[in-house]
Amino acid sequence: MAELTMVEALNKALHEAFSADDRVVLLGEDVAQTGGVFRVTAGLLKEYGGERVIDTPLSEAGIVGTAVGLSLYGLLPVVEIQFDGFVYPAFEQIVVHVARYGWRTNGECPANMVIRIPFGGGVRAPELHSDSPEALFAHSPGLKVVCPTTPSDARAMLLAAITHPDPVIFMEPKRIYRAGRQEVSDALPFDLGSTNGDASSLLSTARLAREGNDLVIFAYGATVPLSVEAAEKLKTDKGTSLRVVDLRSLYPLDVDAITSHASACGRALVVHEAPRTAGIGAEVSSLIHERVMLDLEAPVGRVTGFDVPFPQFANEDDYLPSVERIARGAEKVLSF
Amino acid sequence: MSTQEPLRIIGDGGELPDHPVPDGLGEKELLELYRWLVILRTFDERAVMLQRQGRVGTYPLYWGEEGTTAGALFACEDADWIFPSYRQCSVGILRGLPVATVLGWVRGYGGPAGFYNPRDYRLGPICVPIATHLPHATGVAWAAKIRGERTASLAWFGEGATSEGDFHEGLNFASVFRTATVFFCTNNQWAISTPVTRQMATRTVAEKAAAYGIPGIRIDGFDPLACYKAAKEALDRGREGGGPTLIEAFTYRIKAHGTADDPSLYRDETETQKWAQLEPVGRMASFLRRLEILDDDKNDELKAEAKEMVAEGVRGLESVEQPGPEVMFDYVYASDNPWTFTEGLEEVNSVARKPEAAPPQPPSPPSAGDVEIQPGSGAPGVEEA
Repeated sequence: MAELTMVEALNKALHEAFSADDRVVLLGEDVAQTGGVFRVTAGLLKEYGGERVIDTPLSEAGIVGTAVGLSLYGLLPVVEIQFDGFVYPAFEQIVVHVARYGWRTNGECPANMVIRIPFGGGVRAPELHSDSPEALFAHSPGLKVVCPTTPSDARAMLLAAITHPDPVIFMEPKRIYRAGRQEVSDALPFDLGSTNGDASSLLSTARLAREGNDLVIFAYGATVPLSVEAAEKLKTDKGTSLRVVDLRSLYPLDVDAITSHASACGRALVVHEAPRTAGIGAEVSSLIHERVMLDLEAPVGRVTGFDVPFPQFANEDDYLPSVERIARGAEKVLSF
Repeated sequence: MSTQEPLRIIGDGGELPDHPVPDGLGEKELLELYRWLVILRTFDERAVMLQRQGRVGTYPLYWGEEGTTAGALFACEDADWIFPSYRQCSVGILRGLPVATVLGWVRGYGGPAGFYNPRDYRLGPICVPIATHLPHATGVAWAAKIRGERTASLAWFGEGATSEGDFHEGLNFASVFRTATVFFCTNNQWAISTPVTRQMATRTVAEKAAAYGIPGIRIDGFDPLACYKAAKEALDRGREGGGPTLIEAFTYRIKAHGTADDPSLYRDETETQKWAQLEPVGRMASFLRRLEILDDDKNDELKAEAKEMVAEGVRGLESVEQPGPEVMFDYVYASDNPWTFTEGLEEVNSVARKPEAAPPQPPSPPSAGDVEIQPGSGAPGVEEA
């Protein structure tokens, strides 16, 4: 048992996956010699060698495209996209091939790879280093899209994604890569040799992050701890009791958790960094309104990024959902 | 290594001389390669007829490009992986893929009537988006190399594909990691209506190989033996650790891009007729006759066999039941279907389907080998060449 940051927990998962299955290979820009720009892949090259831990040309479509071929030949690629905004050149390979290969081959050759994408803002980075493109992938049938928030989940979900038979888009909230430590067990979270229920439920279920009864906030990634903070603030300031649910799986959404929490609280708010229109929040809101509208005391609210390009970082605090904006969004729903 | 004058083996029986048959091709092999050409030609002509009869959808013709497909495939070992673009959609039948499956794909069926398991035939899925299968070919040969196996890969694509980023990325990775991959470009000079001069400012495709530090070979794409020889040398070199090769099979798109295309809108068809004189099936037949390997009887026998093979495929196609709505949801995920599929199935199954339109009366079929392309006779075409 050790206290790990998310970066360390992800690194631990990669070491465990490499050790358990020699079909696992890692491809990406600067992932081998430097261990990745965030050091998530540190130590793998030394341990497993250059045939399996591969620094590639600077070429996202090439990385994902060749990974399709590697997968077709029986390897299990883990791909690192260095930053969120760099995934767009690979978008065609992901949507046209990675997502559809199982469908196109009678289920025989799904492109079972993991595409890791550090995403989101708040790190004072240049343009296209702070995007939240997850909805693009959630809207592309054939993919699973997940996002861990805690170190423990990051480790278990990455192992689940690597052993999962379908391609998984693995969104890593880079702002909280090193935000805190959590105890992560040395024991494996599930038997890596089998695709059992524990593993697949890690890729399809939401997690209760904070108890509460007056309103439920649905969030994922870096907006989960902000939402918890907003809930604490409203508890202190107004005595209200806010529940926070970490969605974890963005496709498929955990509809049972979403509707039951919304029903139980009667009021709901969705929070994400991505632009509002056609975002994950729109889908969560629709599900609630379609299914449990009569249990609601108020329409579902949203606190999100705006429908603008992610700003130059001088303005990123204006763009990003903050504790204050989340608290105000919650109050608006509470006072409806 | 790129040369302006394409490598040629088969002459014209007149001024253009024949060159020695490539090593390893005896009488038996030459006849087998010819048999493949006849199968591809027969399939292509029949598929066009089926499209005219409304029995399959828009079909990408390859009449005249059989040599690039069969010749290159003939150079592959059984374990080698091949990656077709849609213009090589029928290449799988030379590796045992049922003709009915390819026709099912053209009829708009998904799996299993129109899709197949690539691992059964070492055959990538028929690739509709341009050039995106090139990195896949690289990846397969790369995986083989990582595993210490000799498997090579070969991908076909058109000259239009060289304008796409995936062409560069596939070749660049292959050259950096020295994978045994053959990039086989069929430069038929037309991407629907766009001439090769609008695709590139280089004089040849082959010279682009210099940008990757790999061999670039230019061959006569109407010459099946040149296609074989170039591919064989490239595959052997790759297997020995020599890395990838770019081959440019210089040819001409004799027919329309697809059954919905009308080339008279954008090019001079008298020019096309000149190129058509070079077509590979007749040219190979003449060559084999000069070598006294082929006679009328054998030729008739091969054509009859191919005709029956394709006819059997058509019968297989007609025996496939119209797929129900539930097949849309099949195979999208290898793991359990997401809950949204349950709702989707419920919804689609609750709606009465339109009765199937009666198939149109077959028009009098065009004569084999001389298929007229009618404008506006089909669904919108597959994008680009």
